[in-house]
Amino acid sequence: MRNLTQTFSSSLGKKLIMALTGLFMCIFLVVHLIGNIQLFKNDDGQAFNSYAYLMTHFVPIKVISYLLYTSIIVHAIYALVLTTKNKKARPIGYAIQHGAANSPWTSRNMGILGTVLLLFIVIHMNTFWAQYHWGALPHAKYETSLSNPQEITVTAIPFDGNEVAYTDYIDSVKGTHIVISKDLYKIVVEAFGQWWYVLLYVISMAALSFHLIHGFSSAFQTLGWDHKKYMPLIKYLGIWGFGVLIPLGFAAMPIYFFFFK
Amino acid sequence: MMRLSILEDMKLTLKVWRQKNANTKGQLVTYKADHVSPDMSFLEMLDVVNEDLIHKGDEPIHFDHDCREGICGACSLHINGRPHGPKQGITTCQLHMRSFNDGDVIVIEPWRAAAFPVIRDLVTDRSAFDRIQHAGGYISVNTGGVPDANCIPISKVVADEALNSATCIGCGACVAACKNASAMLFVSAKVSQMALLPQGQPERYQRVQAMVTQMDQEGFGNCTNTGACEAECPKEISLSNIARMNRDYFAANIFKE
Amino acid sequence: MTLDAKIPEGPLAEKWSKHKFNLKLVNPANKRKYTVIVVGTGLAGASAAASLAELGYNVKAFCFQDSPRRAHSIAAQGGINAAKNYQNDGDSIHRLFYDTIKGGDYRAREGNVYRLAEVSVNIIDQCVAQGVPFAREYGGLLDNRSFGGAQVSRTFYARGQTGQQLLLGAYSALNRQIHAGKVTMFSRHEMMDVVTIDGQAKGIVTRNLVTGNIESHAGHAVLLCTGGYGNVFYLSTNAMGCNVTAAWKAHKRGAFFANPCFTQIHPTCIPVTGDHQSKLTLMSESLRNDGRVWVPKTKELAAKLRNGEIKPADLKEEDRDYFLERKYPSFGNLVPRDVASRNAKEMVDEGRGVGTSGIAVFLDFADAIKRLGEETVREKYGNLFDMYQQITDENPYKQPMRIYPAVHYTMGGLWVDYNLMTTVPGLYALGEANFSDHGANRLGASALMQGLADGYFVIPYTLGDYLASIGPKPVDANHPAFKEAEKEVKAHIKQLLSLKGKKTVDQYHRELGHIMWEYCGMARNEDGLIKAKELISALRKDFWKNAFVCGSNEELNQNLEKASRVADFLELGELMVEDALKRKESCGGHFRIESQTDEGEAKRDDDHYTYVAAWEYKGDDKPETLHKEKLVFENVKLTQRSYK
Repeated sequence: MRNLTQTFSSSLGKKLIMALTGLFMCIFLVVHLIGNIQLFKNDDGQAFNSYAYLMTHFVPIKVISYLLYTSIIVHAIYALVLTTKNKKARPIGYAIQHGAANSPWTSRNMGILGTVLLLFIVIHMNTFWAQYHWGALPHAKYETSLSNPQEITVTAIPFDGNEVAYTDYIDSVKGTHIVISKDLYKIVVEAFGQWWYVLLYVISMAALSFHLIHGFSSAFQTLGWDHKKYMPLIKYLGIWGFGVLIPLGFAAMPIYFFFFK
Repeated sequence: MMRLSILEDMKLTLKVWRQKNANTKGQLVTYKADHVSPDMSFLEMLDVVNEDLIHKGDEPIHFDHDCREGICGACSLHINGRPHGPKQGITTCQLHMRSFNDGDVIVIEPWRAAAFPVIRDLVTDRSAFDRIQHAGGYISVNTGGVPDANCIPISKVVADEALNSATCIGCGACVAACKNASAMLFVSAKVSQMALLPQGQPERYQRVQAMVTQMDQEGFGNCTNTGACEAECPKEISLSNIARMNRDYFAANIFKE
Repeated sequence: MTLDAKIPEGPLAEKWSKHKFNLKLVNPANKRKYTVIVVGTGLAGASAAASLAELGYNVKAFCFQDSPRRAHSIAAQGGINAAKNYQNDGDSIHRLFYDTIKGGDYRAREGNVYRLAEVSVNIIDQCVAQGVPFAREYGGLLDNRSFGGAQVSRTFYARGQTGQQLLLGAYSALNRQIHAGKVTMFSRHEMMDVVTIDGQAKGIVTRNLVTGNIESHAGHAVLLCTGGYGNVFYLSTNAMGCNVTAAWKAHKRGAFFANPCFTQIHPTCIPVTGDHQSKLTLMSESLRNDGRVWVPKTKELAAKLRNGEIKPADLKEEDRDYFLERKYPSFGNLVPRDVASRNAKEMVDEGRGVGTSGIAVFLDFADAIKRLGEETVREKYGNLFDMYQQITDENPYKQPMRIYPAVHYTMGGLWVDYNLMTTVPGLYALGEANFSDHGANRLGASALMQGLADGYFVIPYTLGDYLASIGPKPVDANHPAFKEAEKEVKAHIKQLLSLKGKKTVDQYHRELGHIMWEYCGMARNEDGLIKAKELISALRKDFWKNAFVCGSNEELNQNLEKASRVADFLELGELMVEDALKRKESCGGHFRIESQTDEGEAKRDDDHYTYVAAWEYKGDDKPETLHKEKLVFENVKLTQRSYK
């Protein structure tokens, strides 16, 4: 046990924690993006709302989500610890340090980018996650005709102080599939209707992009998973997958809603 | 292109870190260097400045240097924001003044790291590097009693890779360049050399543990994979050494019993 | 005093084995009661310190650099010889012995050289076990190359940085012993004096270069592994810090200095560009395998080249003089170092030198590039070409390199017997610091071999014999002899610091270098040497009157360090000249213009000079006494070298 605590308090151990939590968050981002793609479905949010329900009520996913929250906190705290230690390692700085000559900008600014992302996560979770859990959320009732699945009727159920349980049943009399869920979709539409909120998202996704362009492959380097054959692939994935595709995907949502909804 | 045979002198302004000793505060002091030949090495330029200073009754600028051919690792100047100056793959002693222009202002600072305290002016104490090597940078064989050299066949690829790591000159440019003053490139180069070779296997895991522990005790910062060390290393030692060290360290600490 | 080299009796090949058996051993339980002082941490020092500590002795090791790893052994490029015969090309211990004796122009001891060849094979084993990454063949076995004109491939190498890798190997062994507490390392310490009690070396006085503290260190024996004195020439391929101080102080305490005039001048160095030059850079002599050395046929053409009126490529074949190929048709550009160097000097003296200074000859790869293609040439010599371009800003693929000889190694050094002990009991000299194995000229890739042989495989045996004889009684560091030596050192430093004249220490060093190079360099003659003696003597007197040394003792003071070293060079220089004057023959690196064959080649005088010249210090400003150790050759026949 003592060995393990020593390991994780060593410089390399701390980096290991940064790498593991970071990679875990990267995996989450992929899942999150795939889930959120449902926002683009033109179904007045039915799929998205059901997905939101699943994410908050399915036990294995709940466990993972708590792991995720822990990761975010641990990643941030260790970043702070490491940064403080790193600052101490050079108490007197250079009059001139020409970092641009030897290292990419992203790699030198992970702290700032990370801080932007942390702020973003707080705002983002406050808007959606907190609202979903404790907020005065309206509900939506989706009635889909069983004979013609294209025919959907949506009824908004304003919040009346009582939470309505998630319902999913077949009304054999009416011949419809009825789903009643919290209408997170409506919150999304409202939030993404505000220009400053959209701007915040776009800026944050830019930060995410830069953070991951360095962070993703860097985590592999830290773990020691450096291989002449596979490292180029990981670098490619880090830049184009995590640095471009994912942030673009996320940024597309507020932009889409702002301009088209 | 042929250069002209008679070269014009360059005029330079130097801003040099002067610090009497470890206990006093230092500052950048400006000097004029008016007769600099482009053929001079950077250290020869400082020699000339020092001769002038001595003639004027000033104290010469102290800096570490020895072989002046890029192999001993003694020279260690941070020049205009970069260790060993603006060119890649060379040490300060191999840098020539033709890499600068007439009228340039050159800022010369010592390596900056808590683990490399300034002794005087541009001279720093890099004994932390030695102590890391004491902790485990060796293969424990006594003199004599070793097998014939050809008893241990080693693939040429592995031997070359080990030599790549072993070319480290211990100058400390990696620490100086790193925004975190991390020594991981230095440590990992030695760890890698031994970890790659069959002779290094018996102590492979204890070695990495001992060296990393000593590195942490010396007060170096942590690697954030910026790659500045690799870019500034006069021997162009690769970052993959750090990955190898990490791998071995985790294997040693987490998986080995 | 008669010099006893203590060469064991018996057949050559059995001398060392027999001697090892006859040496006394120190009881294992007693070894920890002995302290050994090792000065210098290059190949010889680091390997000796580590090996002795492994045996159980307490070792105190000293170096002036900030780390033992920076010793100048690190700069050796080419490789290390060993009679492994891995290539099945007819090498043997005897052949390596023979080549070394012959290469040294028959001015080395048979016994020592044979032992060197004998232990050479152990060195490679040892280094490989330490993790030295020597070059390998695809099958995984060690690669060899032929080096310096040798007819067998016996040189082991690690790219162009063999010295570095070997030193780091020895440094790692040293580190292991530091970690084990058996070696106490003192870096940034300069040895200022040897302390003798009842005629035996019992310690040293050092100056802590950071604080200026003068400290005494007591031990049962003192090993000087402090390298050569090539920096007496100011410009050399030595590191800036290389100095003779330790050896010279030992000399003044009674250790004889042997063959001081034997200096090796390496032919393929990058020429001087101006007065600012602080050191010279060597390029591996492997360049001569493919490069062709030439100068213009006439002085007029050379002058035009120097002025930039014409370029080297403008010169037609018939206007070029490939002087080495012309004079030595069978060896051509591959003649030994001393011959190549001397011929380059001759061309320059005739006014046919090239480069802006006119002090250089061409080393041309145009033919090699035509024959092998630029790619192959790049593969073979790429790093050297890059180095050349870095320094000169000229592209050697496009225009010929300019080269000129430079001081590289000193075969002379402290006189030692077969046990590596100097004339002061308990004081040993190892590596380049002693004179023992290379005679008048050292072969390529043999310096590393000798340093490691002395440290790993000779001193661990021979030192024990002495230590056993004196017993483990502790040495008292408070003995008046230490106080006396400390007082003298302090007085010496005070005297240096009191110098407030007009000239800097570097100016004196440069002037000394000029004198040495001019009169005691590649070619020497009686008149020049006599003149040099006077000049050096005058310069030394002037130094102690008009030099300027700044700062104080109680701080890092590089100017004071330099002054102290230059003061010793000024004394050594005169002895070198004296030695060169006395040796009226030419041999190896020592070329007396008066002693040459009709064809202008070096001519030995075996009847009169088959001896080691060992000089005894007699006091300040008194002439030194010459002692001759007769060299006996029982196994080789002395022949005149010929490379025609």
